[in-house]
Amino acid sequence: MIEHNPWLDRFCWLLLTLSIVLMCFPIYYCFVAATLSLSDVTHTPMTLIPGMDLLKNLKDAIGKGGLATQMLNSFIMASGITLGKISISMLSAFAISYFEFPFKKTAFWLIFITLMLPIEVRILPTYEIAANILGPFKKVGELFDYTIYWEYSILNSYSGLILPLTASATATFLFRQFFLSMPDELTDAAKMDGATPMQFFRKILLPLSKTNIAALTVIIFIYGWNQYLWPQLITTTDDMKTAVMGINNLIPKEDELPEWNIAMAGSLITMIPPILVVVFMQKWFVKGLVEESK
Amino acid sequence: MKRSLLNGRITPYLLLFPQLVITLIFFFYPAYEALFQSFMMSDPFGQKVNFVWFDNFKYLFASPEYIESAKITTIFSILTAITSVGLGLLFAALVDHIKSLKTTIQTLFIWPYAVAPAISGILWLFLFHPSFGAIGHSLNQLLADGWNPILDGADAMTLVIVAASWKQVSYNFVFFLSGLQSIPNNVIEAAAIDGAGPIRRFWKITIPLLSPTMFFLIVMNLVYAFFDTFGIIHTTTQGGPGGSTNILVYKVYTDGFVGLDLGGSAAQSVVLMTVAILLTYLQFRYVETKVQYA
Repeated sequence: MIEHNPWLDRFCWLLLTLSIVLMCFPIYYCFVAATLSLSDVTHTPMTLIPGMDLLKNLKDAIGKGGLATQMLNSFIMASGITLGKISISMLSAFAISYFEFPFKKTAFWLIFITLMLPIEVRILPTYEIAANILGPFKKVGELFDYTIYWEYSILNSYSGLILPLTASATATFLFRQFFLSMPDELTDAAKMDGATPMQFFRKILLPLSKTNIAALTVIIFIYGWNQYLWPQLITTTDDMKTAVMGINNLIPKEDELPEWNIAMAGSLITMIPPILVVVFMQKWFVKGLVEESK
Repeated sequence: MKRSLLNGRITPYLLLFPQLVITLIFFFYPAYEALFQSFMMSDPFGQKVNFVWFDNFKYLFASPEYIESAKITTIFSILTAITSVGLGLLFAALVDHIKSLKTTIQTLFIWPYAVAPAISGILWLFLFHPSFGAIGHSLNQLLADGWNPILDGADAMTLVIVAASWKQVSYNFVFFLSGLQSIPNNVIEAAAIDGAGPIRRFWKITIPLLSPTMFFLIVMNLVYAFFDTFGIIHTTTQGGPGGSTNILVYKVYTDGFVGLDLGGSAAQSVVLMTVAILLTYLQFRYVETKVQYA
């Protein structure tokens, strides 16, 4: 038996309370600031009791930065990345774990190496590709003295926001791991019943993967929603900006009115969707986070 | 390895097609371009491009700004990793110790994960604001030389480290808590019967059993600090004041997109790629050393 020490318990609770305050204070402070008027938010020290101006500030934040459009863009981008990543990686994991074919190892390594190439290390050339997605073909054409004149840009488009972020080694490996743990009897039974590979995938693997899909959905949705650098690079028009990017324009500059209440209202709106996802799908979130890295 | 495989000669290639196309277009081609351009230099008029061997790298490593940026990145990454791994472990140990309210408290520690790095930057920028922020205002009065992250390099560094660590603590917390919960109770009980107190048990049993998780998390946190903190720098300090928070990822962006130095930016990308490869290698060492409890 483990001894019970009431003093240790008390000490733990004390530390725990302090830690919770530390972790939650920034979000609470942001919330309070979002409910205050300009004069209250600039009055130091700022009060920690919420004020009455929340709706007005939210309205101002939405009006000032075109936040409504940006929220919609963020939602489309995050959902697109989620859907794309999950379908693409499930299909390739299915290929890698259930088939034997030439160049299987090569395919596996090609996917693996993407882990080492985060967008941050290939910023400029990836941008050039987005500006003309036919660039690589043009280069190949030049090798054969053949000039390709077509250009196709995905700058300022949803496909530009989504496509480059849909390849994923981690998700592929997660599904591969899961498929490898499936009993061989399932495959044999399906084969005996005359199921085609795709029928086997749809009718057996897909339903069995439900929990994994749910867990990954949570993780990838948050990842997609919180993207910053890539949207920053490829969107120049206001109607394609995402919410996380848009908030930057709400930060008061040196020579502007210190409208921190509006900046915080905007931050609050932008934070809420991913926070809701984490809070209400916490079980899936924890599962997804831990399993993705195995 | 599966013993029972499915039949199909073309199916696996079709299944892999979407993943590989995206990988080739958005990962491999840009990485190849970065590598290629890092050995090239264009003349001042941008008319001709010459092959210059390692000149871009020589200039890069001879540039005091770049060396300074590399130093800053090292300090920033190590301090961020230590802070967030340390706090994550502390919080997980506290939550593991308590008996009641576990789920609610867990949520309170987890939700900051949902906040985008860019938004975390804005929250802390406001909290640390020398005149309007709760913490910044107090610091400004307490510290002898005042507090101003806009003017003082060390203050700015503190701001970005806190903003980067705060949201990452949640990630570490999730992993440590799941690690702590997988330590079998009888090991702890045996130590208790042998007369080891709670602190001694923590250092002699819990920490060694958690060490693979800790190693993995340190690597993951370094990856995060290196590559995922662009948004924090961009929303708070823009690399300033005087380059004191100009981390490598931010520098490669400004040099490439604002300075339009193609060869230099490509050489920087290649250096970052090397870092990414090294960190990925370390991350996979974890998989090999992972111990199985019970």
